[in-house]
Amino acid sequence: MKGVAPGRRTVIRILTAAAIAAAVLLPQILQRYQQYHLIHVAGLIAIYVLLALGLNVIIGYTGILNLGYAAFYGIGAYTAALLAIHFKISFWLLLPISGLAAAAAGALIGMTTLRLRGDYIAIVTLGFVEIVRLGLNNLDFLTNGPKGLPGIDQTILVPQLTLAGRSLKLDNDISYYYFILLLVLAAIFVLLRLHNSRVGRSWVAIREDESAAEIMGVNTTAMKIQAFATGTFFAGVAGCVYTHWVGFITPELFTFWESVLLVVMIVLGGMGSTAGVLLGALLIVGIPEVLRDVLQQFSGGGASSMKSFYDNLILARMLIFGVIMMVIVIFRPQGIVPPKRPRVSEKKSGSEPAPDGGV
Amino acid sequence: MENKLLETENLTIHFGGVRAVENVSFSVGEKEIVALIGPNGAGKTTVFNLLTGVYQPLSGAIRFKGERVENRKPNTITRMGIARTFQNLRLFQNMTVAENVMVGYTCRMRGGMLVAILRTGPFKKLEAAAEEKAHEWLSFVGLSARANELARNLAYGEQRRLEIARAMATGPNLLLLDEPTAGMNPAESESIMELIRGIRDLGAAVLLIEHDMRVVMGISGRIIVLDYGEKIAEGRPEEIQKNERVIEAYLGKKAAKG
Amino acid sequence: MLFQQLINGLTLGSIYALIALGYTLVYGILLLINFAHSEIFMMGAYFGVFSLMIFEKLHIFQGAPFMLVACALAASMICTGLLGVIVEFAAYRPLRNAPRLAPLISAIGVSIFLQNFMMIVVSPESKTFPDTIPLHVYKLGGTASISSLQVIIIVVSVALMAALHLFIKYTKMGKAMRATSQDAETAKLMGINVNMVISLTFFIGAALGGAAGVLNGMYYGSVKYNMGFIPGIKAFTAAVLGGIGDVRGAMIGGFVLGILESLGAGYVSSAYKDVFAFVILILVLVFRPQGLLGRKISNKV
Repeated sequence: MKGVAPGRRTVIRILTAAAIAAAVLLPQILQRYQQYHLIHVAGLIAIYVLLALGLNVIIGYTGILNLGYAAFYGIGAYTAALLAIHFKISFWLLLPISGLAAAAAGALIGMTTLRLRGDYIAIVTLGFVEIVRLGLNNLDFLTNGPKGLPGIDQTILVPQLTLAGRSLKLDNDISYYYFILLLVLAAIFVLLRLHNSRVGRSWVAIREDESAAEIMGVNTTAMKIQAFATGTFFAGVAGCVYTHWVGFITPELFTFWESVLLVVMIVLGGMGSTAGVLLGALLIVGIPEVLRDVLQQFSGGGASSMKSFYDNLILARMLIFGVIMMVIVIFRPQGIVPPKRPRVSEKKSGSEPAPDGGV
Repeated sequence: MENKLLETENLTIHFGGVRAVENVSFSVGEKEIVALIGPNGAGKTTVFNLLTGVYQPLSGAIRFKGERVENRKPNTITRMGIARTFQNLRLFQNMTVAENVMVGYTCRMRGGMLVAILRTGPFKKLEAAAEEKAHEWLSFVGLSARANELARNLAYGEQRRLEIARAMATGPNLLLLDEPTAGMNPAESESIMELIRGIRDLGAAVLLIEHDMRVVMGISGRIIVLDYGEKIAEGRPEEIQKNERVIEAYLGKKAAKG
Repeated sequence: MLFQQLINGLTLGSIYALIALGYTLVYGILLLINFAHSEIFMMGAYFGVFSLMIFEKLHIFQGAPFMLVACALAASMICTGLLGVIVEFAAYRPLRNAPRLAPLISAIGVSIFLQNFMMIVVSPESKTFPDTIPLHVYKLGGTASISSLQVIIIVVSVALMAALHLFIKYTKMGKAMRATSQDAETAKLMGINVNMVISLTFFIGAALGGAAGVLNGMYYGSVKYNMGFIPGIKAFTAAVLGGIGDVRGAMIGGFVLGILESLGAGYVSSAYKDVFAFVILILVLVFRPQGLLGRKISNKV
């Protein structure tokens, strides 16, 4: 946070602390009021936050419209599931393995699209997510096709970690929620550090003007591949966690529409803005789910006008998202929470510049 | 004559049959200020694009500090020590002024993602150095007070200065300026000329494309004239002013107008 | 079998070619991939169904199947054409000077909106395309045959393409389109109303897409809100294959892709027929982005 003006810095710190506190206390509160479904929803939102943070590296920082992000989520999920089922590999090993598998696929797609202009990259990634979906559907011997992969045996393979005498056991929604929250915080920490360094500056410079960045000495080839790999790594990790948590995956979880949902979160929240991405995921995943829960309780779970109102609403969800994408891009392209650029200290330099870069 | 910093030999490139640059040979010495002039479409910016690796020459050679430049990527050439500005401003509009300059310094920094995440000691030192560089070059071009503004919020003349600061932060031995005073009033042009002399005094050579003859005659030690992609003259300002072919191709039109 | 697959491929290819023309015309002028075009195609199919239903209610053209099809086709083309103009006006025009990502995102927004609009307002289920042309199957020697539907699809597509070709080549507006596609700035200076040309381009492109939608609906006998996605990508592949921005290329690309797909489905595996198109798309973009006979699209200065 070194760069932000002093007054703002306090505000941001307070807000950050409040957000973390709220996130930590949330399951306890929900448990007290017996909103078990909402605990599950909170975990899902956290997964989407993790995904959106990763995609934000590619779209928000580097300015590459990747429409196939769900494919990398799927690669992570299937890698984890297959290795767990067939080789009984531990969750803690699978976490980085899935991340790296997705990152490798990401780097590969990054390399193939290097020479292409933005809209073509969008099409290639769109094609990729369809290929992955069709592949998962048709490679029955490996993926069990459209029926999906059931069964990471929950009773045998409960991820468990003992640290300093306390054991972290992932066996219910609450424990997974906390674990994913931890991953989200780690991701934010890592991404902010990257963003506020030569790596992040190079990414953003590519977004702003790729050929000018290259001529200013940025190795755009390497940096674009790195952005792809970094962004997709988080998708792989999220896929691994999701598989172990829910224990059942099908190809239909990793479609183009899933990717579009993530793009909407980023566009709505603010491309390149961490706070914006958090908010975007919260709004896009949270509102429909919470609404469903609330409406169901009001209507006593039965068939009532409230329920049909909700059914129509959930049907209209994507329609509304479509409108949001258009409206935001036209009227507020920076999103709800525009990204803030890191500031440098205000001091004046005393020394004379020397033309040779010095290193 | 001084040591040759940059040397081109029969540089040629064609675009779909158009001879954009044809057999152009010239050199730039160390700490020299050389102007590249010629009517619109003479191939000046194309020469810059060839020198910075944006285009590859059809034939001919470019040597910089004795090393071949062709078939290298632009970022490598920048690292070798050639920096440039653009005729149409190409700043990173949504980054701060200081960040723009720091991107220029990026090519002098080492360390990838891992050190950036771990914030190792050497990494912190380099980042601090980048910030220091930004301050130095911003104060050099007179933009210190605006370090934390977004680049797009700068006035036109300030954006031109920022482009120079960004290019200088790459640590060049040769700076290519593409119409640095375009669209400026005489007072602003004068201050850019001061800036260019300052850059020379710091030890870098400057090759500039310029239309404003006061600027060209005022600061360049040598002038190279292109017309239809070919070099038609080269010499000291006084010589160029008297050169028949140049007057015919270029100054002639201006003289006729006045 | 080979001959039969060629006939099937030709039919598919003419539909792809019609859609591909929409991508390529818009790209030629705005350098923009119209992501909403696949939904225009879908809307065209629905407009076809609606107009046939209306004709039936009004008892017009009944018993004159060719007249019926021609009028449904014309009605659908006008509606999709206007829709295309509206889409350009609402989603692209405000973003002409925005960063490149912006129109892409709003186009995807339009696409999602149209699909879900049709799903909610009409039905999430597929709808039967009314029978119009009596189905005849003509034997073509050996085991190959061609149906009356296939003949109509191929004939209509070729006629529309010929009309487009003549329009672009010989009319004043066609010349204005070509000029704008060469250099919009200069065209403007020469007194061409560029906004008008852009609207016209969207109208023509969308109308051709709409016609393809109707033909596609007739061929498969049903329409559905999400029917545009796959043919849309395939037609885009066709446009890229022929060199995007190139009208002739889009036609050739469409036929080539249709035939390749039919052969692939016939000889390799029909489960992977959609994968072929995507793989071709990626291979072409990576190794020959300028297409078989088109202009460069790489990102260099």
